[in-house]
Amino acid sequence: MSLLPQPAPHNIANNSVARVMRIVLAALLPAIATHLLFFGPGLAVQIVLGAASALAAEALALKLQGKPLAPYLGDGSALLTAVLLALCLPPLAPWWLIVSGTAFAILLAKHAFGGLGVNPFNPAMVGYAVLLVSFPVPLLQWLPPAGLQETTLSLWQTITTILTGAPPVHLQWDAITSATPLESLRTAVSLGQTLQEARAEPIFGTLGGRGWEWINLAIAIGGAALLALKIIRWHIPLAMLGALAVCAGVMYALDPGSHAGSVFHVTSGASLLGAFFIATDPVTAPSSERGRLIYGVGIGVLTYVIRTWGGYPDGVAFAVLAMNLAVPLIDRYTIPRSHGRSH
Amino acid sequence: MARLATKGLRLEAHKERSTVQPIATASIAQRLVLALNQQAGAANTSVVNVGDSVLFGQPIARPANALGAWLHSPASGTVIAIEPRPVPPAHPDEQQSVSQCIVIDNDGRDQRFDFPAVDYQRLSPEQLRDHIAQGGIVGLGGAVFPTARKLSSLAARSGTSLLVNGAECEPFISCDDMLMREHAADVVLGARILQRACGAERCIIAVEDEMQTAIAALRTAIEENGEDQLRLVIVPTVYPAGGERQLINTVCGVEVPSGKLPQDVGVLCQNVGTAAATARWLRDGEPLISRIVTVTGDGVRQPRNLLARIGTPLASLIADCGGYSERRHRLIMGGSMMGLELASDDLPLIKAGNCLLAASRLDLTPRSLEMPCIRCGNCSEVCPAHLLPQQLHWYLQPPDHIALDRHGLLDCIECGCCDHVCPSQIPLTSRFRAAKPVLIEQRGDAQTRADAARARFEARTRRLARLEAEHREKLAAKRRQLRDKS
Repeated sequence: MSLLPQPAPHNIANNSVARVMRIVLAALLPAIATHLLFFGPGLAVQIVLGAASALAAEALALKLQGKPLAPYLGDGSALLTAVLLALCLPPLAPWWLIVSGTAFAILLAKHAFGGLGVNPFNPAMVGYAVLLVSFPVPLLQWLPPAGLQETTLSLWQTITTILTGAPPVHLQWDAITSATPLESLRTAVSLGQTLQEARAEPIFGTLGGRGWEWINLAIAIGGAALLALKIIRWHIPLAMLGALAVCAGVMYALDPGSHAGSVFHVTSGASLLGAFFIATDPVTAPSSERGRLIYGVGIGVLTYVIRTWGGYPDGVAFAVLAMNLAVPLIDRYTIPRSHGRSH
Repeated sequence: MARLATKGLRLEAHKERSTVQPIATASIAQRLVLALNQQAGAANTSVVNVGDSVLFGQPIARPANALGAWLHSPASGTVIAIEPRPVPPAHPDEQQSVSQCIVIDNDGRDQRFDFPAVDYQRLSPEQLRDHIAQGGIVGLGGAVFPTARKLSSLAARSGTSLLVNGAECEPFISCDDMLMREHAADVVLGARILQRACGAERCIIAVEDEMQTAIAALRTAIEENGEDQLRLVIVPTVYPAGGERQLINTVCGVEVPSGKLPQDVGVLCQNVGTAAATARWLRDGEPLISRIVTVTGDGVRQPRNLLARIGTPLASLIADCGGYSERRHRLIMGGSMMGLELASDDLPLIKAGNCLLAASRLDLTPRSLEMPCIRCGNCSEVCPAHLLPQQLHWYLQPPDHIALDRHGLLDCIECGCCDHVCPSQIPLTSRFRAAKPVLIEQRGDAQTRADAARARFEARTRRLARLEAEHREKLAAKRRQLRDKS
């Protein structure tokens, strides 16, 4: 006989926060693998650095609050923040970017607001936004995808580049980096080129950016797995990608010379990562289905607006953060009609 | 099959192990303990004294009001004590409670108190309800509400329905299923009697699609009786499809409005066990002195259903099923989702006791370490009341009663679905249960405050009017004086 009376229900499904986070991390593996394939070992180094920094920051925050370390460090949420942020950074970004970004995300975006479950803003996106605003130059130094690289760096060269912040002695930054497809497009259009001319550049693939289209396909596969396992629901991804596609489609129809179409926007930049892995973070998303649709549409529209008319090539992070702000308001006005109520 | 109108869970049923064996008659204990508070509402008052001889079926405690339910002796013998005794808990957060009980020493002869059989068709609905109250009939689905009182609440109007609930959706419990399999005729007759007593236009028996044997038995009983008014509706096996409001929505297509009762939409719900007990009372003159109880779980050697007298010690029911196995871990009265954990089996069977679950560690997965809510929304996806449990949980820390009210806390039916799917292992249901009385009190307070403010305002208005009238009166008097002087 058990010693303490337990209130009903007595049978709880075998589930935990740690399991949810583990599944999300596992769903990112195809994307990580594809990323390594196209951009070399940089991401792996970034993940190791980010994870170490995130777990150390988490442990410090828990210690300061007097919370138990084991259950929270083991829940995988800090690790997920680190991996998501690492995926957003250039593979050769200097070490202090990922380390300070994750530390900021965990300490200020997460724990200063009360920790797991009560942070109003997506921690990884806060970390990314802070880095992007503070250090825009290293954040825009992306690598060209495999096949377009003049030189490829070994694992050791990658590590030293990240840790020293300088490329191997015989190379210049310009030789190993290039702009992202979204940024190239933006520059080309600002220089008066038509979209068709710009897209003839080798950095563009069939659908979106070369290499990027494959990573995004892997992200979509991971997202589909999360949907199938009911870790996330369809409302936010569909609403976000749908709104982005509609905005892009309308602008493309009006002026195909200077606006990329729906397919390009959906398969480029952080659209899919945002739709399946970032906007769906339940902590910072609305609670009702209707609320989630509104939230998704808001992120999609804002992403398009920032990409097209804003100061940054991609807008997912700012769009997510802006809609995070609106969540309490959305929740307030989208309470579903409960059984037996007229409104 | 009726389309399910609400959300819920497909749970592992665990019913097959207690439905292999037919219903057995439980052994009759030497001492029977009858709790005076085993029906909803005020406790009964004993009409016997210590030392009195009682007969099988003799009324021993009368209800607090006319339509309550009498309590009867389940055996012939002697009243040896009327005293407070531990009884199974009335509230999910306690393990046992104490109630005034009549203790009867069974003489083993079962000498019957003579109740005549009654032809229900010759009684008016009012007479029928009075008679049902005398038979001690209460709702056996769990609420133990006096049946006669519930029957009297259905207003005479067109389009009313009696819904006889055989959708026994909670895991482990099979007493209604076995009752319908073996005593379908009682259920059908009872349904007819209850229909006449409440004046419902239609009568529907609802069962779950997985109860194939029971469905066949009911069909046969309906055919044999030549019942063409009685409809059998089959609902999907989903927990909690058999919840009163959920079943009414599925079968009748109407939602019982929040804060209202089923009778407000012209529907009355009665459990199949209540129907069968009513039939036995009118046809055989046997009041509600026994019930079918499922004794199941991996912690008992021979799980099965027993027809047991009310007041039988739970330990005796376990002994009738071969005793505990070494895997017994916890003892629960009821099912795995809404049952009450018992501290001991040294308690008497009450009318509400539908199931005794002696669970092993394999039967139940207990809650593990509670983590913060990550707002994943699993709970709102399964909530049959269409609530947002994650938001209710948020507004409970600290309690924001206005927000809790707005999010429908009082519409929670405490089914436990949200707890079951919560990855953070939060005991949501018991927290909601605890918060409800506070919210009701707050609501009442608001009403009281509003009433007081209105009374104050009205008193002030009257006072001002009076003062003004006095003032005018004075002025007029002065004017008169002046006029008189001049």
